[in-house]
Amino acid sequence: MTSTARLDPQPAAARDGRPTAVVSSMASDAHTWNLIFLQLLVEELGFEVTNLGPCVPDLLLVEQCRIRRPALVVLSSVNGHGYQDGLRVIGQLRGAAGLAGTPIVLGGKLGVSGEHRAERVAELRDAGFDAVYDDRPDAIESFRRFVAARVAVGRP
Amino acid sequence: MNFGEFVRWRHARGALVVQPRMGFADPTVMRAGLLATRRVDAATVGTITLDSYTRVGDLDAAGHALGQGLALNGYPIVNHPPGTTQAVLDGVLAEDFPVQVRHGSARPLDIFAALIRAGLHATEGGPVSYCLPYGRTPLAESVANWAAACELLLTTRQDGVEPHLETFGGCMLGQLCPPSELVAISVLEALFFHRMGLRSISVSYAQQTNPAQDLEAVTALRRLCAELLPGADTHVVVYAYMGLAPRTPAGARRLFASAVRLAVAGGAQRLIVKTVAEAYRIPTIAENVAALEHAAATARAIPRPADTAGSGGQVYREARAIVDAVLDGAPDLGRAIVLAFRRGLLDVPYCIHPDNAGRSRSHLDEDGTLRWTRLGNLPLGGLAELRRQDPVGSTELLCALSYVQRTFDAPHLEEV
Repeated sequence: MTSTARLDPQPAAARDGRPTAVVSSMASDAHTWNLIFLQLLVEELGFEVTNLGPCVPDLLLVEQCRIRRPALVVLSSVNGHGYQDGLRVIGQLRGAAGLAGTPIVLGGKLGVSGEHRAERVAELRDAGFDAVYDDRPDAIESFRRFVAARVAVGRP
Repeated sequence: MNFGEFVRWRHARGALVVQPRMGFADPTVMRAGLLATRRVDAATVGTITLDSYTRVGDLDAAGHALGQGLALNGYPIVNHPPGTTQAVLDGVLAEDFPVQVRHGSARPLDIFAALIRAGLHATEGGPVSYCLPYGRTPLAESVANWAAACELLLTTRQDGVEPHLETFGGCMLGQLCPPSELVAISVLEALFFHRMGLRSISVSYAQQTNPAQDLEAVTALRRLCAELLPGADTHVVVYAYMGLAPRTPAGARRLFASAVRLAVAGGAQRLIVKTVAEAYRIPTIAENVAALEHAAATARAIPRPADTAGSGGQVYREARAIVDAVLDGAPDLGRAIVLAFRRGLLDVPYCIHPDNAGRSRSHLDEDGTLRWTRLGNLPLGGLAELRRQDPVGSTELLCALSYVQRTFDAPHLEEV
């Protein structure tokens, strides 16, 4: 895998000019249908998507984002470990070259119980996520609005 | 009598063998669950399902959880000392009550060693089905691991038993894979086990979304086993639908009864049941017992078809084409499977493992029939009919994933 352009601050675009996005789970989560749904959704929003799949180790996630320089990173977690997994990886992502300002969002079932949801979301945002969606009915709509407002996409 | 012989013997005497997916971390509870399964008034076999740390080989995490008394979602057979598992099985495992270990690992050697030490010799999985849907183990590595695991399992013959392996290939991703490819992968994994030296093999198929197509699939599976594994002792195991379950208890019971009908009508010998609680949490022993009793009672009330021969129709034709194309790739089947995925001759729709080509796509028809939308490089050109080619979007995907839930809940929604 080459990474010759890794110091370029501009996000990479796909060959057809679409902006690129990375969709990924985190290390402990083996679920995949959430990732497939998100891939289709983010493609429909105008992106070329790289889906890193389930059980992505922290190092691989950071390395792939650093090399690909996506215009958007979408992390998903549904096994109840999203809160601790998210807190662990966001610092590593923000610390990597070229990712300090990349829009990075997290969504899914972030805890094993429904308690302290607002606190969890606030803590994750303070840690560096641009948006956090904690399994609410309006999550997908909020995510669409976030992408429309924050990421420039040439609509087909 | 080994696992396979027992299942065929009970089926020949008129029973559908029913099996839970039970697994508890605590040896006392695990033993109680096995005993309760054995006492059910039906032809049952026992299950020890392992936890997900053991599945991925994270024995430290499983050990830490055991030490701290933290919850595990199954029985950590590698961490428990052999004596503990032997004590769980003592007086439970018997000629008329075989026990199968269920796990989900692409690196199963430690698990096989542990189950053999405990005196067991029946388990399940496969180099494809326990690799592609979960995690990131490269397919070639999984194939090598499963070859080594088969060799290890064969050492149980020294103790005078015939080991048994079940393919999980008929359950790939649980949903949205057209049945012909599920059948093809199940048969290929059975051939892989057979070429490794296994003689007692079962082939799986997970209930999908259309009863007529499912029946064709189970028929195709039996026909392909007869054609390609004539020397092996084989049987078919049906899994009750693995996707989103109905929310209403009545809808769930109707779905599980339809799985029983599929097994009986298709001539399958064994059924893996599902519980009403499974969608939300790990079911209790009592919930497992209730599901087993419901399945057995449903099976007893259905007359067996006089003739279950059948051709397997379109599912058979597509599955046979896939199997033949894969077998043509290399003399060594493990190598042929790896090559087939590289070339896209095997390509599971919606599977995002790096070794899956990801060029095939499928959709649900209005009546729940699974159809190909895009073939990629699958060897089905001129054989599979493409009724539409526009891709499935995110909204349609969500609808397809909840099709069974909606269909079976619809008559009972006033109960919610």
